[in-house]
Amino acid sequence: MSIDIQTAARVAKLARIRVEDEALPALAQEFSNILDFIEQLNEVDVEGVEPMVSVTPMRLKRRADGVTDGNMQDKILANAPDAREGFFAVPKVVE
Amino acid sequence: MTELTKMKLAEARDALRKGHVTSVELTEACLKAIEGADALGAFVHKTPEIALEQAKAADARIKAGDAPAMCGLPIGVKDLFCTKGVPSQAASAILEGFTPEYESTVTSQLFGAGAVMLGKLNMDEFAMGSSNENTCYGPAVNPWKRTGDDTQLTPGGSSGGSASAVAADLCLAATGTDTGGSIRQPAAFTGITGIKPTYGRCSRWGIVAYASSLDQAGPMTKDVRDAAIMLQAMCGHDPKDSTSADLPVPDFEAMLTGDIRGKTIGIPKEYRVDGMPEEISKLWDEGAKMLADAGAKIVEISLPHTKYALPAYYVIAPAEASSNLARYDGVRYGHRAKLAQGEGINDMYEKTRAEGFGLEVQRRIMVGTYVLSAGFYDAYYNRARKVRTLIKKDFEDAFAAGVDAILAPATPSSAFGIGEMKTADPVQMYLQDVFTVTLNLAGLPGVAVPTGLDSRGLPLGLQLIGRPWEEGDLLNTAYALEQAAGFVAKPAKWW
Repeated sequence: MSIDIQTAARVAKLARIRVEDEALPALAQEFSNILDFIEQLNEVDVEGVEPMVSVTPMRLKRRADGVTDGNMQDKILANAPDAREGFFAVPKVVE
Repeated sequence: MTELTKMKLAEARDALRKGHVTSVELTEACLKAIEGADALGAFVHKTPEIALEQAKAADARIKAGDAPAMCGLPIGVKDLFCTKGVPSQAASAILEGFTPEYESTVTSQLFGAGAVMLGKLNMDEFAMGSSNENTCYGPAVNPWKRTGDDTQLTPGGSSGGSASAVAADLCLAATGTDTGGSIRQPAAFTGITGIKPTYGRCSRWGIVAYASSLDQAGPMTKDVRDAAIMLQAMCGHDPKDSTSADLPVPDFEAMLTGDIRGKTIGIPKEYRVDGMPEEISKLWDEGAKMLADAGAKIVEISLPHTKYALPAYYVIAPAEASSNLARYDGVRYGHRAKLAQGEGINDMYEKTRAEGFGLEVQRRIMVGTYVLSAGFYDAYYNRARKVRTLIKKDFEDAFAAGVDAILAPATPSSAFGIGEMKTADPVQMYLQDVFTVTLNLAGLPGVAVPTGLDSRGLPLGLQLIGRPWEEGDLLNTAYALEQAAGFVAKPAKWW
């Protein structure tokens, strides 16, 4: 399957990765090659096969729905590129 | 006594306990070796202060008669593991400056068992790659070279720094992680041993996620016994990882008897791929013969969906990566792009991710985004998950028919040159994982053992694949193979 430039641009947008216009044709070509490789999966008869959810049969453990940690605001903010007054700071999102 | 840095874990452990050497001496010897080995690009964050402090504490424990399994043994840690207060950036510019406030469960267990951390090791960015060339640190280099040829070779990937460091005797052992072959392929390229345990054996908590349903940590060591020792220290149930198995961990080292009489070893005919180099084919046949001579029964088996493992992997892994890597948005940690006047939050996300992620990571995120997008989810992602069910069933059928372990090559070739695949299509690099990726999809344990050298003097490895949760039995088969192969070659020091 061949991916056109518009599709490549749309995928980049969805993935929130800035791709300059001049890089799009090469990217579209790479996607096409990878998807061609993936298309081999169409040869497999998957009629009636369940899609795998968990590779090892296990019941996920449950625990009581209680607070187990917290009170570590300083640690959580320690690596933030911009933290102010106990918050993560980002560019203005509301006009 | 063996030169200190050349020691194996078992040997060093015994020497420490007998008081023949101290952990501080061992650690200082490794730190010196690391200082002289920058040309290998293996250690990317050195932690000598932490190492010496841990070594002193280990010596005190040994003196007090309290010496757990890894007490005083200096190791390297793949940059994918979060280590408290030490840069942990998955070889990515997007995690530049990130120093975790917490410790991964696996490293925490290793430190609890007395291990000494020498530093963090190079890798492919977010564990995506097979050559350790996709990295913000510059490539890791294989200590091995072709006979009479000065070309720098890749140690494989993604755990290339770990492989290079262990093969070059910069540390006694190292942690690795394996999503599609990232422990076994580099182990094979550098003549060392590496095991990926059953999915769920090691906690993934605190390990930077690539593809959560496939990722597993494991040890990379100088031999099978060391792999048994270190794996045992790394694994066990962790309430912080809901997919970690609540199963007892056996004494893997005690299971190494070398007796494999009566075991049935399967040779999967689908792994004899078109164009398999004669040397790989020969190595495989010789390995089968060694196991037969040790008393195992060799049977040909069929894993009919093998061919579809790589394409299924290249849907499932990017899909999971696109979700997992959504967290790198320039808000909570790591790099944030500088914004121009008037640019908003979407510009921040897009510029940050374009600047921070390398090209292969961007490619996989976008492929994942595509296969999960509306209209393609069923055609790609669900189909790949169905094929994954069939791949797992292939193995289940083989085991149900009485096969104890499966023998296959670890890689389609020996180590290739740095930059050699640069102009190749990404798919060419993906083919490196052809023999390793199947068992990640099936969640099975697999171990790579060096068994020979090719005509150019480079190491080659074979892979054994075991039943789920039977790493002990698998390691014992690997031990028998190791004994028979008698691989002792080491790279000549040029760095």
